[in-house]
Amino acid sequence: MKAATTTPSWLHTSVGRKVIMAATGLFLITFLIVHLAGNLLLLRGDGGAAFNAYAEFMSTNPAIRILEIALFAGFILHIYQGLYFILRERKSRPQGYALNAANANSSIFSRTMRLSAVVVLVFLVVHLRHFFVEHRVLGSPLTMYESCKAAFENPYYSAFYVVSMVLLAFHLAHGFYSGLQTLGLIMNSRIERIVKWIGAGLAFAIPLGFAIIPMYFLLKTF
Amino acid sequence: MRFTLRIWRQKNAQDQGRFETYEVDGISPDASFLEMLDVLNEKLIHEGKDPVAFDHDCREGICGSCGLFINGRAHGPLPNITTCRLYMRHFKDGDTITIEPFRAKPFPIIKDLVVDRSALDRIIQKGGYISVNTGSAPDANSIPVPKPAADRAFDYATCIGCGACVAACKNASAMLFTAAKVSHLAMLPQGQPERRQRVKRMVAQMDIEGFGHCSNTGACAVECPAKIPLAAIAQLQRDFIWANLTPDPQIK
Amino acid sequence: MSEILTIPIPTKTEPSISWTEGSPILENRCPSGDLEKRWTRHKDSLRLVAPHNKRKLEVIVVGAGLAGASAAASLGELGYQVKVFVYHNSPRRAHSIAAQGGINAAKNYRNDGDSIWRLFYDTIKGGDFRARESNVYRLAEVSVKIIDHCVAQGIPFAREYGGYLDTRSFGGAQLMRTFYARGQTGQQLLLGAYAALQRQVELGNVKVFYNHELLDVVVDEGRARGVIVRNLITGEIHRVAGHAVVLATGGYGNAYYLSTNAKLSNATAIWRAHRRGAFFANPSFVQIHPTCIPQSGEYQSKLTLMSESLRNDGRVWVPRTPGDKRAPQSIPENERWYYLEEWYPSFGNLVPRDIASRAAKRVCDMGYGVGPTGRAVYLDFSDAIKRFGREVIYQRYGNLFEMYEEITGESPWETPMRIYPAVHYTMGGLWVDYNLMTNIPGLYAIGEANFSDHGANRLGASALMQGLADGYFILPYTIGDYLATQLFVKNSTDTAAFADAEKETRERIEKVLSTKGTRTVDEFHRELGKILWDSCGLARSASGLSEAFSKVRELRERFWQEVRVPGTGHEFNQNLEKALRVSDFFELGELMIVDAYHREESCGCHLREEYQTEEGEALRNDNEYAYVAAWEWAGEGKPPILHKEPLKFEFVKPTVRSYK
Repeated sequence: MKAATTTPSWLHTSVGRKVIMAATGLFLITFLIVHLAGNLLLLRGDGGAAFNAYAEFMSTNPAIRILEIALFAGFILHIYQGLYFILRERKSRPQGYALNAANANSSIFSRTMRLSAVVVLVFLVVHLRHFFVEHRVLGSPLTMYESCKAAFENPYYSAFYVVSMVLLAFHLAHGFYSGLQTLGLIMNSRIERIVKWIGAGLAFAIPLGFAIIPMYFLLKTF
Repeated sequence: MRFTLRIWRQKNAQDQGRFETYEVDGISPDASFLEMLDVLNEKLIHEGKDPVAFDHDCREGICGSCGLFINGRAHGPLPNITTCRLYMRHFKDGDTITIEPFRAKPFPIIKDLVVDRSALDRIIQKGGYISVNTGSAPDANSIPVPKPAADRAFDYATCIGCGACVAACKNASAMLFTAAKVSHLAMLPQGQPERRQRVKRMVAQMDIEGFGHCSNTGACAVECPAKIPLAAIAQLQRDFIWANLTPDPQIK
Repeated sequence: MSEILTIPIPTKTEPSISWTEGSPILENRCPSGDLEKRWTRHKDSLRLVAPHNKRKLEVIVVGAGLAGASAAASLGELGYQVKVFVYHNSPRRAHSIAAQGGINAAKNYRNDGDSIWRLFYDTIKGGDFRARESNVYRLAEVSVKIIDHCVAQGIPFAREYGGYLDTRSFGGAQLMRTFYARGQTGQQLLLGAYAALQRQVELGNVKVFYNHELLDVVVDEGRARGVIVRNLITGEIHRVAGHAVVLATGGYGNAYYLSTNAKLSNATAIWRAHRRGAFFANPSFVQIHPTCIPQSGEYQSKLTLMSESLRNDGRVWVPRTPGDKRAPQSIPENERWYYLEEWYPSFGNLVPRDIASRAAKRVCDMGYGVGPTGRAVYLDFSDAIKRFGREVIYQRYGNLFEMYEEITGESPWETPMRIYPAVHYTMGGLWVDYNLMTNIPGLYAIGEANFSDHGANRLGASALMQGLADGYFILPYTIGDYLATQLFVKNSTDTAAFADAEKETRERIEKVLSTKGTRTVDEFHRELGKILWDSCGLARSASGLSEAFSKVRELRERFWQEVRVPGTGHEFNQNLEKALRVSDFFELGELMIVDAYHREESCGCHLREEYQTEEGEALRNDNEYAYVAAWEWAGEGKPPILHKEPLKFEFVKPTVRSYK
């Protein structure tokens, strides 16, 4: 990665790396919101007209194409730093505790970021293969709407999709708060309370919004 | 009261270590956790066995010497206390209690439950102070400090350096410890000249020592006997980002 | 050398208290002339060491509490090569950290008429006229600079809304001169000194050796040349040479086993120095604090102080029937004995510390004590809660009530607190001259380890002041005067004195490990503590002290025959550490008893039952006892030698301390 060589060294400290995680993570949340808004067009019942138009716009508009590069960079940085931390974590405590009552002092979401990250990452790969690579690289003859419909009518794919969204909820339940805390924006307990509420709302609404779509298509097949 | 104790025994840093089980009986519910261990040790000495090594000193919650991982938690089942201020009445008669040392790579085990926490001192060495020589200070009242700032500085300054934050953190991060000192000095006018350098140097040392990163689980603040708030970490983050992204306004 | 190892030969006759009198101490380097100018003129007359020469001089500092850390940091700043030895796992653990109340300084920020003179006068009177005028005046003088320096270090003292420093009154003073950082002043000041020390470590001027305990002081040709230390983790014994040795190892209150001191606090460093020739001054001057949480069982390891301010609203009582086991709430009003109010109607529950402490002991001795051990009295807030309401009482004492409940499991809202006096601080310590140097050239003692400033009783908020005064503002000047003479001395550990000291240390360790008896160190320590507490504690008498003396000696002999210390000397061995410390407490305990016995007067903390007024007030004897009792070690089993340093009062007139 070329960027790394020109990155100032402070980004290589544990705190700097967390800042990268936080900044990219929050950026990815905004992406999720935009993505979800587009996806909800699938539910319009217009045979995919609106959704296909949206997909067309997203894949041809030059501004979006530039943003797309930023998006990819965001994903890669976020994943890269995440993997770095996962590998690093064991090093700071080579011998673990025989008994650890972590439930008493921290939330399950905050402690399962690794797990949720890995599941979401697998989902991301499958998802990209299915839609992005299929359409943008291989040039699928189907419209985007048809692709989605085909995928979601497959119960296995839909189940995988829904489970992934549950884990995404886990990831967001801690991620949003954690990102803002890492950027130093949570200055007192009042802000903390507000941020935690918003975080909970996002963690609930975003994955639910995504998950409704495959369930909608799947249920229509019955 | 009667207890079964599962205690981590390790002869020295090189030894593998293992759990051993002991029984203690006749413990008063008013005895502190460390006094219960005193009773065990007296018994072990009489039986010709090696007593359990553990760190302790003031036994009133301020020196930061004691630190045991009890039943899966730093300083035991209650939040925000030290091991010496944990009393046996908080356990049930007949309980089995698991006692481990604080575990982290920068806290090598010396013996049994005693660990070396000098890594924390080395973080302080990198900037946890205001560089003022004895004799050069102006009159104490020459620089007023707003009361809210002084009070917050105090809240951050109460860290006892016990290392419970590291022990409780799933990543063995020393962020709360480091942030407490950075934030304490960031609140005060006297701390400003070195503020930017301080945070950079202390964070760098934290990494050199091998502490993990902070993933904001908040476990540290729950176990911290000095009740250092997570706001300290946010302060450190802010200072760190600011110090690295903006030019130093003190250099004209 | 062999004398250190030999146990005194048990004699058939009962050992009895005896001492011999040596020459009086006439040279203490106190300047003369105007009190206000003494320190300044003295400083100007001290020899200096040029900066390039300071680098060649090595200073050993033992202990890193307020005095040790501040001294080491300041000496490092000056450019000396400093080595600090602490037995803790970090210099931040020293027991200075537990001081709650505050630090006195004659700043007069309140405009309430405070001055250096007034702080000086209060301190010397508080000490019941058993301290040197010159020293105490200097302490009051530098107190002002301490606050300036600590604020510059970033210590978060309490402030008012205007941003200026807040102060409060303390210990019955009529002025508000006590600076504080909530209830953790000692912690904040220690962390300030600790941080200054760490800065010097980073700069390479100071090297701190963690987990290293001093086991002997090396004196060669009458000068301190270094120390013998043990690495507590590996068990290795090291010789360390220095041009000067500074002992900042705190007090010896733990001789009593139960005290408010930290568990590891010990007298080994000052006692070993004493055995090498340093005089030990006023060993029996021990402050006993009246409001501590009492012992609740044999297992108890230490006592916790509760702020004295509680007596403002609490009423002290015991049941009128000895041994009454009813719950306090169910004892009717007419069966309660408010003994302080009865005995001292004008002061009531607010009698001074020593009177309150002694009264509690008296009622418990009479069998009225409460609680499982019968060694406690009630401090009852029910009247105050009724009168002022819960809200007001919570505002005043909420945090103390919580702390009490945390420790005892009982809520002071429901049931009265149980309190009892406890050993808190030792005014006695190594004898030092005005330069804080012991009678061994090159050996210094600072902070609680010396005897210098508090006389027979220390005022609240003065311990922090003294520790920092010694470390920041006195020793860094005075030590140069000695070091200037040592420039051409080459340090070497390859001398017979070092070899002897090391050998003796090794033999002492070997001896305590090889005894392999049947009793633990703690069992002996508890027993020693009880003897000292009963006869050399709150009240002392000739007969009690004589009896205690033989008991201590007998116990010491049994210790060396029956103690069991597990493990070896070549590893981390906390019981070995403890055994060595306790063995020194035995010898010190004897000296404390001798000192208490010899001083046939009552003054400050020292109440001889034979010398009190009809109302139980201390009866001082200025004609015969206005001196510092500096004891010299005469050898194993030999009676100590008493050197008297007469106390001259040129500026204040000793008066009877009256509480009426």
